[in-house]
Amino acid sequence: MADWGRGAATPDRPPAIEVEGLARRFGRRWALRGVDLRVGQGEAVALMGRNGSGKTTLLRVVATLLRPTRGHVRVAGRDVVAESAAVRERVGLMGHAPGVYDDLTAAENLRFAMRMMGRPVDEERIAEALAAVGLATEADERVRGFSAGMRRRLVLARLRLQEPDVLLLDEPYASFDAEGVERLNAFVRETVERGGAVLVATHDLARGEGVLERALVLDSGRVVQELSVTGRPGAGRGAVVP
Amino acid sequence: MSNRWRAELGRVAAVAWKDLTAERRTRANANAVLFFSVLVLVLFGFALGPDANALRAAAPGVLWLTVLFSGVLAFNRSYQVELENGAFDVLLLYPGDRRAIFLGKLVANMAFVLVLEALVVPLAAVLYGLPLLAALPGLAAVVLLATFGLVTVGTFYGAMASRVRAREVLLPLLLFPIVIPLLVAAVEATSAVLVGDPMGEAGAWIRLLIVFDVVFFIACVLAFEHVIEE
Repeated sequence: MADWGRGAATPDRPPAIEVEGLARRFGRRWALRGVDLRVGQGEAVALMGRNGSGKTTLLRVVATLLRPTRGHVRVAGRDVVAESAAVRERVGLMGHAPGVYDDLTAAENLRFAMRMMGRPVDEERIAEALAAVGLATEADERVRGFSAGMRRRLVLARLRLQEPDVLLLDEPYASFDAEGVERLNAFVRETVERGGAVLVATHDLARGEGVLERALVLDSGRVVQELSVTGRPGAGRGAVVP
Repeated sequence: MSNRWRAELGRVAAVAWKDLTAERRTRANANAVLFFSVLVLVLFGFALGPDANALRAAAPGVLWLTVLFSGVLAFNRSYQVELENGAFDVLLLYPGDRRAIFLGKLVANMAFVLVLEALVVPLAAVLYGLPLLAALPGLAAVVLLATFGLVTVGTFYGAMASRVRAREVLLPLLLFPIVIPLLVAAVEATSAVLVGDPMGEAGAWIRLLIVFDVVFFIACVLAFEHVIEE
C-alpha cells in the first residue's frame, strides 16, 4: 500500500500526523477503506476529493471525535484511541459547524474556551485574538446576530488562543470573504512557521494559495494521488503539479 | 489541590456557568418548563376531583411526576444547545477529562430543577392543601436527595439520547424505568414527612434515596465518556 507523504520523521521527532491502514465504517458503508498518509511538522497539506470521499471522516478520526474501525492514527506519536486526551491537547479543529454559543457574546465564547482549555482567562489575549480576526468591535455582542462568516472568524479567534500543534480545517474557506481568507491563511502560515502541521479538507485549492504545499486526493475512502501545490507568482493560482 | 484537579474543577464550573448564563438570557426553556409544570399540577387536580382528602393523598405522587416530566424537558434542552451549532464536537475536543462536561451539566441542571421546584412545591401546597411550613426541613432533605438522583440519571441519559435522531422520545423511554425506585422512595418519603412521620418510616426511604444517589452518581460518572462517543 502506498504511503503518501514525506513528513521527515526521526525517533525523537515523529510526524505530526501518521495514518496507517485507516478504515472507518458507518453501518454497512465504508467511508474510509485503508488510508495511509503522513503530515510532517511544519507542513500544510490539502485533502481533496469529491463529496463523500472521506475527507471529513478522516479529519474527525484524527481529531479523536471518531474511532477507527481498523488501522492506526497517531498525532505527534500519540495514538488517537489509546492516548486521546494527550492528542486533544495538541489538536485544533474548524469543522463544518462553528461550535459557538449563540447566547454568549464573542468575548464570553472565548473566555469559556480558555477555561475549557484549562488556561487562566487572559482578557488581553482575548482582545488580541478578536482583533486579529476583525471582531474587536463586536466583542460584547451576542453571537446570535453574527453572520456565518463572523461565526467562522470567532472560531478562528478560538484557534488563535489555542495555538494547536496540529490544525485540522474542514472546508474552512466556505463562509469567509476575501479578507477572512487572508486572515485564515495568515494563521495557517503562523502555525506552520512555529512547527505545527495543518491538514485542510477543501474543494478550493486556489484560496489556500501560498500556504498549502501539497494535496492528497481521496477517492472512495482511499488516497489515490499526491499533488504538489505551487503558489509561486506566475505558476497560476493554486496550480497543481502531479 | 493539584493543578490538574483545579483545571478540572474550572472546566466543571465553566460548563455550568455557560449553560446557566445562556438559559438566564433566553429563558426559552425555563418559561416553557414552568408553564408545563403548572399545567400538569392543575390537570392532575382536575382529574382527581374536588375531594380534599383524595387530593392530599395523591399530592406527593403528583408532585414528583410533575418534576419528572418537567425534568425530561430540561435534560433534553441541556444537550440541544450543544447540538444546535455543532458545539458538542468542540466541547469533546477540549483537553482534560470529558467527565467535567457531565459534572458541569449536572450542576446546571440541578440548579435549574431546584429553581423549578422552588416554584412548583409551594404551588402544589396551595392547590392540594399540603401543610408545607410544618414539614419544611424534612421535605427539603427529600427534595434535595430525590432531585440529585433524578438530575444525575437525567443528565446521563440526556447525553446518551442526544446522539440519536429520536432523542425526545428516547430519553423518557430510557429514564422512566431507571428512576422507578427513586420515584417510589421520593413519593413515600414525601408522604411520610408531610404527615409528621408518625410511623418513623421516612428514614428508610431517605436511606434508599441516598443509596440510589451514590450508586448512580458513581456509575454515571464512570460511564459518561463511553456514551458520548460517536
